[in-house]
Amino acid sequence: MPSSPLLPKMMKAHGVSRRSFLKYCATLTSVMALPPAMAPKIAHALETAPRPSVIWLSFQECTGCTEAITRSSAPSLEELIFDSISLDYHHTLQAASGDAAEHAREEAMKAHHGKYLVIVDGSIPLDEPGYSAIAGISNLDMLKETAAGAAAIVSIGTCAAYGGLPQANPNPTGAVAVSDIITDKPIINVPGCPPIPLVMTAVLAHYLTFGIPELDELGRPKAFFAESIHDRCYRRPFYDKGLFAESFDDEGARAGWCLYKLGCKGPTTKSVCATVKWNDSTSFPIQAGHGCLGCTEPDFWDNGGFYKPLSAPAGNYRRVGQAAVVAGVAAGAGGAYLAKKNKAKALAEHETVDAFTLEKEEGES
Amino acid sequence: MNNSSRSGADLVQLKEAVANLPTGNALPILSEVLEALGQLVENGRTTVIDLGAIPFTGGDENLLHEILGTGEVNAVLNAMGESHVQETEIPGVWRVDHYDQTGETQSRFIEIAVIPEILKTQIEDAVRGRELLAERLNDRKGGA
Repeated sequence: MPSSPLLPKMMKAHGVSRRSFLKYCATLTSVMALPPAMAPKIAHALETAPRPSVIWLSFQECTGCTEAITRSSAPSLEELIFDSISLDYHHTLQAASGDAAEHAREEAMKAHHGKYLVIVDGSIPLDEPGYSAIAGISNLDMLKETAAGAAAIVSIGTCAAYGGLPQANPNPTGAVAVSDIITDKPIINVPGCPPIPLVMTAVLAHYLTFGIPELDELGRPKAFFAESIHDRCYRRPFYDKGLFAESFDDEGARAGWCLYKLGCKGPTTKSVCATVKWNDSTSFPIQAGHGCLGCTEPDFWDNGGFYKPLSAPAGNYRRVGQAAVVAGVAAGAGGAYLAKKNKAKALAEHETVDAFTLEKEEGES
Repeated sequence: MNNSSRSGADLVQLKEAVANLPTGNALPILSEVLEALGQLVENGRTTVIDLGAIPFTGGDENLLHEILGTGEVNAVLNAMGESHVQETEIPGVWRVDHYDQTGETQSRFIEIAVIPEILKTQIEDAVRGRELLAERLNDRKGGA
């Protein structure tokens, strides 16, 4: 049953010492901007917290978020924390299928009414229920039904948090974010395409130990989304000195100069990519030589082109930000209206672009 | 701008010089350490300062090391990557640096304590230790 703590048993089974766990918790306090003296308290809380029942709903998505969180190096503590929750429904990972799978979701909802956590990845199509359905249930119906008895919702990935790729121009399915539909539950947005695995598990760890973390105006935990990538970028000194790569293969690019002129969205993108990094802190996009795409921000697909510098005009559908999403402050039905309106506008403005045009534009800029 | 006019060596030097410019954050941190050391001496209270929470460059690290020095105890932990626990020349002030399995820095702290928490044997590990020792003794008796 999901009530007994599992983490100590799993640590023992994997030969992970409590000292290793303390070390992990110390790093967790650092990345979550918590007082470092709290590390032993976090360790204790994680070890003794009852396993929460989690229902993971995957809607219009690519499974990249699930891939990211389950592909961390084994046996990482992130993985152990993820494994220690009672994941009662996740249609990609669960063994059951069809009626049995849906039955597991219904059972969990009944047994843990008011207490379970819902994780959503993917956006929700509003134009036609048939665009995305699971076991004959439309994404919209499944979200409403499952959210009704939830303690909180975590929108994992930019699709669930802000609509993401499915909502991009011309938004063919009328895709909206979770917060456009659910307005009476606390929602934590963990955007990214996909989010950094450590960020996903740290948010889970925070929820298990201290409840809902402090959120910014876009519903993101401030611990991970308070600073721009640009603020912490190792290439920042080159920006300050006015040293820019002008193309991907020039001397400046080889020397590691700032990628601003090549379209890097680091200055307007809030995330810890530059400090926490990816693949066990190996690297992040800018370190690999490509500008930031801005994937933790709403409408990043439509923000004026990945290779246009931020100073270039961005078109007229850049959103200033969705309203705060915690407990009933969200845009609600207005969001759906906005999505439809944006879609009509986007369809009218739709232009096809090929590689030749892009090159030409780059040459002119 | 003519990018090719700068030699590779110049660029490396510039990169290093820029990355190591002190931010001026070392001295305020050291004042905090002094205050915390007073708390340790008078009330036995432990303080942990997270060096990852503020901009801190190689230049700041150098100043910190210059003033704190190197003390008597230097321990290396092997717990999912190394951790270096070093007492400074100021007794009661410790540097605790955690690295992952690939040697990348995970987190850096200054701990003002009699002994850093991470060095103590954890009771949960001692419980496992008791089981392990009993098992090994049993095996030895069985084999004898």
